[in-house]
Amino acid sequence: MLSAESLQRIDREIAKYPADQRQSAVMAALAIAQEEKGWLPGEAIEFVAEYLGMPPIAAFEVATFYNMYDLRPVGKYKVTVCTNLPCMLSGGVDAGEYLKKKLGIDYNETTADGLITLKEGECMGACGDAPVMIVNNRRMCSWMNPEQIDKLLAELK
Amino acid sequence: MAILGAINPMLTAGLDGDKAWHLADYVKRGGYAALRRILEQKIAQGDVINEVKKSVLRGRGGAGFPTGLKWSFMPRSFPGDKYVVCNSDEGEPGTFKDRDILRYDPHSVIEGMIIAAYAMGAGRGYNYIHGEVWDIYQRFEEALAEARAAGLIGKDILGSGFDFELFAHHGYGAYICGEETALLESIEGKKGQPRFKPPFPASFGLYGKPTTINNTETFASIPYIINLGGESYLNAGKPNNGGTKLFSVSGHVNRPGNYEIPLGTPFASLLEMAGGMRGGRKLKACIPGGSSAPVVPAAQMMDCTMDYDSISKAGSMLGSGAVIVMDETTCMVRALERLSFFYYEESCGQCTPCREGTNWLYKIVHRIEHGQGRPDDLDLLGSVTTNIMGRTICALGDAASMPVQSFIKHFRDEFAYHIDNKKCLVPVDVQRAGSGFFTATV
Amino acid sequence: MEIEIDGKIADVPDGSTIMDAAQQLGTYIPHFCYHKKLSIAANCRMCLVQVEKAPKPMPACATPVTNGMKVFTHSDLAIKAQKGVMEFLLINHPLDCPICDQGGECQLQDLAVGYGGARSRFQEDKRIVFYKEVGPLISMKEMARCIHCTRCVRFGQEIAGLMELGMANRNMHSEITTFLGRSIDSELSGNMIDLCPVGALTSKPFRYSARSWELARRKSVSPHDSLGANLTVQIKNNVVMRVLPRENEDVNECWISDKDRFSYESLNSPARLTKPMIRIDGALREVEWNVALDYVTHGLKDVIATHGGESIAALASPHSTLEELYLLQKLTRGLGSGNVDFRPRRRDFSSDGHLAGIPWLGRKLSEINDLDAALVVGSFLRKDHPLFAQRLRQLTRKWGKVSLLSVAADDQLMNLHASRAVSPAELPMALASVLKAAAQLKQAVIPAGLETVEPCEISQAIARTLVEGEKGAIFLGNVAEQNPQAAELHALALELAKLTGATCGFIGEAANSVGGYVAKALPTKLNAREMFDQPRKAYFLLGVEPELDCHDPQGAVSALKAASLVVLMTPFSDLAACEYADALLPITPFTETAGTFVNCEGRVQSFRGLVRPFGEARPAWKIIRVLGNLLDLSGFDYESSEQVRGEMVPEAEEFVGGLSNSLRDISWSMAAPKNGGLQRIADVPIHFADPLARRSPSLQKTRDSAVPTARMNSHTMATIGVVDGAKVRVRQAQGVVELSSQVDESVPANCLRVAAAHPATAALGEMFGAINVERA
Ligand SMILES: Cc1cc2nc3c(=O)[nH]c(=O)nc-3n(C[C@H](O)[C@H](O)[C@H](O)COP(=O)(O)O)c2cc1C
Ligand code: SF4
Ligand code: FES
Repeated sequence: MLSAESLQRIDREIAKYPADQRQSAVMAALAIAQEEKGWLPGEAIEFVAEYLGMPPIAAFEVATFYNMYDLRPVGKYKVTVCTNLPCMLSGGVDAGEYLKKKLGIDYNETTADGLITLKEGECMGACGDAPVMIVNNRRMCSWMNPEQIDKLLAELK
Repeated sequence: MAILGAINPMLTAGLDGDKAWHLADYVKRGGYAALRRILEQKIAQGDVINEVKKSVLRGRGGAGFPTGLKWSFMPRSFPGDKYVVCNSDEGEPGTFKDRDILRYDPHSVIEGMIIAAYAMGAGRGYNYIHGEVWDIYQRFEEALAEARAAGLIGKDILGSGFDFELFAHHGYGAYICGEETALLESIEGKKGQPRFKPPFPASFGLYGKPTTINNTETFASIPYIINLGGESYLNAGKPNNGGTKLFSVSGHVNRPGNYEIPLGTPFASLLEMAGGMRGGRKLKACIPGGSSAPVVPAAQMMDCTMDYDSISKAGSMLGSGAVIVMDETTCMVRALERLSFFYYEESCGQCTPCREGTNWLYKIVHRIEHGQGRPDDLDLLGSVTTNIMGRTICALGDAASMPVQSFIKHFRDEFAYHIDNKKCLVPVDVQRAGSGFFTATV
Repeated sequence: MEIEIDGKIADVPDGSTIMDAAQQLGTYIPHFCYHKKLSIAANCRMCLVQVEKAPKPMPACATPVTNGMKVFTHSDLAIKAQKGVMEFLLINHPLDCPICDQGGECQLQDLAVGYGGARSRFQEDKRIVFYKEVGPLISMKEMARCIHCTRCVRFGQEIAGLMELGMANRNMHSEITTFLGRSIDSELSGNMIDLCPVGALTSKPFRYSARSWELARRKSVSPHDSLGANLTVQIKNNVVMRVLPRENEDVNECWISDKDRFSYESLNSPARLTKPMIRIDGALREVEWNVALDYVTHGLKDVIATHGGESIAALASPHSTLEELYLLQKLTRGLGSGNVDFRPRRRDFSSDGHLAGIPWLGRKLSEINDLDAALVVGSFLRKDHPLFAQRLRQLTRKWGKVSLLSVAADDQLMNLHASRAVSPAELPMALASVLKAAAQLKQAVIPAGLETVEPCEISQAIARTLVEGEKGAIFLGNVAEQNPQAAELHALALELAKLTGATCGFIGEAANSVGGYVAKALPTKLNAREMFDQPRKAYFLLGVEPELDCHDPQGAVSALKAASLVVLMTPFSDLAACEYADALLPITPFTETAGTFVNCEGRVQSFRGLVRPFGEARPAWKIIRVLGNLLDLSGFDYESSEQVRGEMVPEAEEFVGGLSNSLRDISWSMAAPKNGGLQRIADVPIHFADPLARRSPSLQKTRDSAVPTARMNSHTMATIGVVDGAKVRVRQAQGVVELSSQVDESVPANCLRVAAAHPATAALGEMFGAINVERA
């Protein structure tokens, strides 16, 4: 189900917790699985649950609770824009609108070529850098004025 | 670099450039001296805690609980494991200080945690890092590796016989995990649903063991307290409000960013450090302590000094030290709508008043913002918030209610205008201009 | 700790909550998520009360009592808080009470009357929640009704030991669901329907068939396993509509198994036998009762006249009532035969005649809760005894160390301290290992015959728990009783108990496994096995389906086919035995007759007939009484079932006397099991264990009722050269059946696991006999 490399990474996470607390690694394991698969299909959740010795539904609870997990396929790049109040005051919402127009999609949609999925996010703890957005849960982009957004889109193409 | 200024800095002193986070630089700045002294001189656990008590360091995570007192709650002679946990799940809108501490000075947090573990006899620790800041999580892992290689964590630290293991746990997008018991559930591999207290973490925490949870900035302050002595630390701030604090200034200012200032510094000075109001516009209101804190109108805010007591007197909270500045281009209904959406979205869904109430609040505010408000909506909002507040498992219920109550209290006319006229007092293009999205260059 | 609630004073132990104290005082505090058997969630917030000096209302269910605490459950503050919560609960709750199955027994509805507002201030669209399909027993069609109390989730985690439901998502989108459309398979699942305070989880078989207020409620006792769960049977128009648990902390607490709950469907089955039938011109035909009874008495008299009384044998199901069993043995003996038994699934009877008393559990059920150590020997524990297993599960959640020594490593959904699976033939040796290890630990004399036994690590771990634990118990399960070396296992267990100070006892297979002994339905001549090994001329079968209920169906059926008279007393007509039976007499199941079950702890539980007999069926005790009279036997003029019972147990006696598991003069041989060939391991699938369960359509749709497979480990599978899932031919003596193969690494070497009690395997022989398997 998962590559040897992913399993190795999961094992490293498991080692952080007491031996009888493998379940503690579930968030990391799901994140690693998602990274490998692009999203989190049910089989991946079940695999992780089994690997950690927990009921699949308990892993499902976790996967549906934290909002960086994608339970449905997303584009090659998932761009999440923070529109929370502090960001909004410095253009977060406008940045979102700008992206929507540029990509021709709404939030929670994916461009027809399957390249980019747009999401609206909650506070990312980077309000001083507003507008901010994250690409694929990993790469935080700061001070995203129109120019910067154009640059980013060009790079993702 | 988003630490843009300071007055008499401690935490941010000497942090220049993106390389200063390494162990060697930290040591050059005097890092790990406090830990060394404690371990070499075998300073008693109780004395360490007393020093922290003397400093009147108050938790930097939001509630402002005295840290030394919290540490003294940990059972002394517990036979099994004990834990210290650092709360770096910075998700309170407006707050972005912990990110910078971890980015530029991760070893101060590590040192603070080791000292805490020593003082409370904990053998293991975790730092729970916000999901959206992957690079920060990576950096902290690297810093841990440095510390481990230097014998600062692990078995027999610096030859003292004291053992302490420290790991990082990466969140994955849930504001509620900032609440300390939800955070513990999350480390245990569950949904982040807060626990009912009592029992408190000090007696039943991570994996059911005694646990102390502090904010990143709280831990980062510990080495300075040990180095300076509790009293000098206290004196750096003002009575009952010890030390300096990092303030995250966001919104309609010219230089949003983090500023370290002694507690008790006037708000006006902070605003000035942050470059003043964007475009020279007028201050309308300020949320002084993260989005959960009640909003304070301009006039009152300008009279405040930045410390727990003064802000509290103004009817709000210092909270996490996130200062959200709003100028006259702000529509208060729209601002509240966005906050209410946040609390509804982030409610863990566990307890009835919060699960149902936050959604109801959002629906009403949304309705008002979209020109469908009803005359009795403001009273209804008031009534729903009273039915939420104080009746939930954790403080998110209160956090969701306080903005609603304070926005309506201070800006009732603006809400009424929306309801009566089905539109905003502040024209939409004015609102837009305020954000500076299409004009600003960095 | 002293606490004052609404002016009344209670004295409660340290660690109690306000809710505990209120219950002690009989003060009702409204609540939804709180349940005395589940962990505390404090999520519904309905139980908010005012506590003196506390600035906020506190949840009574979760707030610990402090000394001198003053609580007000009806103050302004409390009522306001409770009403506020009620409003929140109702804003998204559908207004479908008139069509809701829970109507009339809905906690939300009841409380809404007291705490709800007259008019809704919520004018938005209500939440929509998609329905879930979770199997044949529970309906999750109207999940919008869910109030997120998580009782069902906690039940799964804590009581059933199997988390099948969870609450996915967060905020107001939280919803109770299984993992990606899976079914709910726990054998205790139906309890979640009871726990659900609203109409979100409802009983699929019962849905829309009646309103709760139309139902009469009657007390009864479960006729299935040996626990004797107390039931409330609900009736409308003389039909049993629903079965619910009746709380009895000492027996079933507040739970029942799905078998207890849903078997009632078979009471109204079209397969019920409504009229007597006798064989006329080679075919079974319906006749009047007098004709049938005449036929049977004449038949019996003829056989006795030509072959003597000993040519008759009687075999009863251990699910029969005490009164039925008693009269059956009395009738048989009256006819001059000592061939009577009620233990059709037994193979080894060598302890008969050595028993010091009536074999039983060895301790009260309620005394399981504070055991330090328990060893279960030979049991498919959770499927054989769901509620007994549940008690052990709770024990493992506390301090108790529970171990299992059996023939399969099935997941018992509890934290077993140690577990070992061996072949049935090796079971005595495995137990002997524990015995030896215990003797070594105690530095006692090594029991004779065990000199060469080398205890393995697991045996030592098990022995240690029994030696170290102050309160220990050894429980012999169904497999231990059905095992060809049952007496040896019994003797070894007794010795282990003696050595460690533990109790030793039998869990017992069926509702009257103890009662049969009380009724003396025991052979003085041929036992349940011998009566077929040495074929008789006439057989009298009470509630037994030989193909499914006998240890060796092959042997039993061939003897029955050869007999000149086979009389079946049965509630059902769809029997394989119709092929060879000469008379079918319709009897009533437990809801249609008065009777008594004696459960595994010796508890006497009598019940009444609740509905009129189906068709012309009659209580078996009455039929046997009439037969006794027709056969001119004396002592058959009983007027009531109580009178029959009175001959066995004194009235008002709660427990039967004479319980003892001691054995006189029996030892063990420790003969090495002969190798060569495969040995069968036969479980009795939970919903095939008795005639009622077998005929419940809903139970038959559960996963537990899947057609048995031939299970073996991969080594065995490789030897016969098939792949997992391939068809195989399974053979025992003359019987052959074709089954799918299944890899199961927990099946011990040289064993083949093929369930008994199922039509698909009824052609096979002994449950633990030699067996062959080959590619089909
Ligand atoms: C809804 C909610 C969110 C919170 N978020 C955070 C957070 O992001 N970071 C934090 O340090 N504390 C947060 N807290 C406060 C913690 O529960 C806890 O009080 C704090 O971590 C204790 O550390 P301190 O005493 O050092 O402040 C939050 C509390 C609530 C109720
Ligand atoms: S107040 Fe909200 S976030 Fe806190 S426990 Fe209750 S539902 Fe969860
Ligand atoms: S019963 Fe106490 S909160 Fe639900």
